[in-house]
Amino acid sequence: MPEPSPSLSRPPIGSLVIIALVVAVGASAFAYTAGWLSPTRLTPNKIVDSLTPPGGPSLGHRRNHAKGICFTGVFESNGNGAELSSAHVFTHGEYPALGRFNLATADANAPDSTVRVRGLGLQLSTPDGEVWRSAMIDPPVFPVSTPQGFYELQLAARSQDPDAMKAFVARHPEFAPFAEWAKTAPWTASYAEEPYNSLNSFIFVNGSGAEHAVRWSLMPQAQIVPVTKEDLAKLGPDYLSQEIAKRVAKAPQRWTMVVTVADPGDPTADPTKAWPPGRRAVEVGTLVVQRIEGERDGPCREINFDPTILPKGVYVSDDPFPAARSAAYAVSYDLRTSELKYYPYHFETAGGGEQ
Amino acid sequence: MTGAGYRFTVLQRSLHWLMAVCILAMLFIGVGMNSTVMPKYVPLLATHKTLGAVILILVLIRLGVRLRYGVPPLPADLPELMKLAAHLSHYALYLLMIALPLLGLTMLWTGAYPIVLYGDIRLPPLLPQSDAMHTLLWNAHFYLAFALFAVILLHVAAALFHALVRRDGVFESMAPMPSHNASTRIRATPAE
Repeated sequence: MPEPSPSLSRPPIGSLVIIALVVAVGASAFAYTAGWLSPTRLTPNKIVDSLTPPGGPSLGHRRNHAKGICFTGVFESNGNGAELSSAHVFTHGEYPALGRFNLATADANAPDSTVRVRGLGLQLSTPDGEVWRSAMIDPPVFPVSTPQGFYELQLAARSQDPDAMKAFVARHPEFAPFAEWAKTAPWTASYAEEPYNSLNSFIFVNGSGAEHAVRWSLMPQAQIVPVTKEDLAKLGPDYLSQEIAKRVAKAPQRWTMVVTVADPGDPTADPTKAWPPGRRAVEVGTLVVQRIEGERDGPCREINFDPTILPKGVYVSDDPFPAARSAAYAVSYDLRTSELKYYPYHFETAGGGEQ
Repeated sequence: MTGAGYRFTVLQRSLHWLMAVCILAMLFIGVGMNSTVMPKYVPLLATHKTLGAVILILVLIRLGVRLRYGVPPLPADLPELMKLAAHLSHYALYLLMIALPLLGLTMLWTGAYPIVLYGDIRLPPLLPQSDAMHTLLWNAHFYLAFALFAVILLHVAAALFHALVRRDGVFESMAPMPSHNASTRIRATPAE
């Protein structure tokens, strides 16, 4: 027979203390994991906040690479990539491509000639349902070797302190190759004349399980015509989007996709370090851009070009950036999707792409 | 009549404790991966999605098992207010256990994210991208996750209150191991 509850047969103070302790420990562990007890922890939100321009974010837009224009086309795979990765996209054939030319700025209204770094977001889809997203930029190396360094760079670049950048450069010697490129590399007056580099290292796994650390680049087939920054400025604040729309309307634009394979010992975790010349480079196919559409009504606006969205046969490496970018891009996406009502206004003041 | 001596079936207790581990892991992974820039983000996100699918399947099985086998009655001498709290908190737990995985799933679909689980299981997109829906679902997923953790803390406190203060058999009805008294009873049975 069940016994009657012997409740309150002894003072429950000790028991209540135990209960309070269990709850307190549980809540504290949760708070710690959520970062509420660690104000110095680098969070995806902090990275995104650090990108905010002085006039506030461009509401409804990506928090970085805010200015851009959509494209669609195809990826013509020549089959050469299959020896490196079992991803379906490397088997010979043609696969739909969707992407976005963009400027590495948090200001959706920034004049083209004020933005040094240009980018290309890309999504390749294959009939097996796999999706590969990538966001590439045109410098040959990344400015910093860690996400923490990226955060410090944003703080320094937006600091009121005139010596902030000098102090940053002194603390981050790895910044030098990027700074050299930014200072000396020629500008162009077209998205079509730029190379776009993954910079981050990824792991390709082929059908027999062999792994290779790789980086990839889209090399332009268009002739590169160097211009000065001043000449670009004279062409107008939104020249690049107007130019690419006209150029693609005349003829599809092409980039050769080159996969560079690391030798053992090459630095895969540090995108400020280019691999030595002479590494094996495999041309795996051609990106053909066939159609340009304004961002507002184009297919790229709704896509987060998260570089960790990878097909089977492609994996992240020990490079810390893809994970950090994925987390920060998600924050940016969640912010801008919540700001939809602001988006068309900014688009119109930005001048759009098809005027 | 009191609840002492009436226990959940082995299947129900197994599901309860398995899900307890899954859900706690899920909540800690959720707040941890979103508040910390680290390479582990990628595998943690894949784990979070996979565990979410597992929890959704488990909670539906559990609901079916509960409808089939019922639950031990609460002690008759439990104050009405505590009975009400017990009922309401269990409704909240079931509602949140079902809602959170569905919100996570639909939040990803409406964000145009491909969903890849462990074992390279790919879920086809069943909803189109939508900024408004993504925002709504994301916010619901985010805030209700904290609500679930709060209800779990309450649930743990109440369970310990039954175990340590009231000692009325309610905790033992779901305990993973038989209590000392119960095991004595069980051991005694074959000898009789």
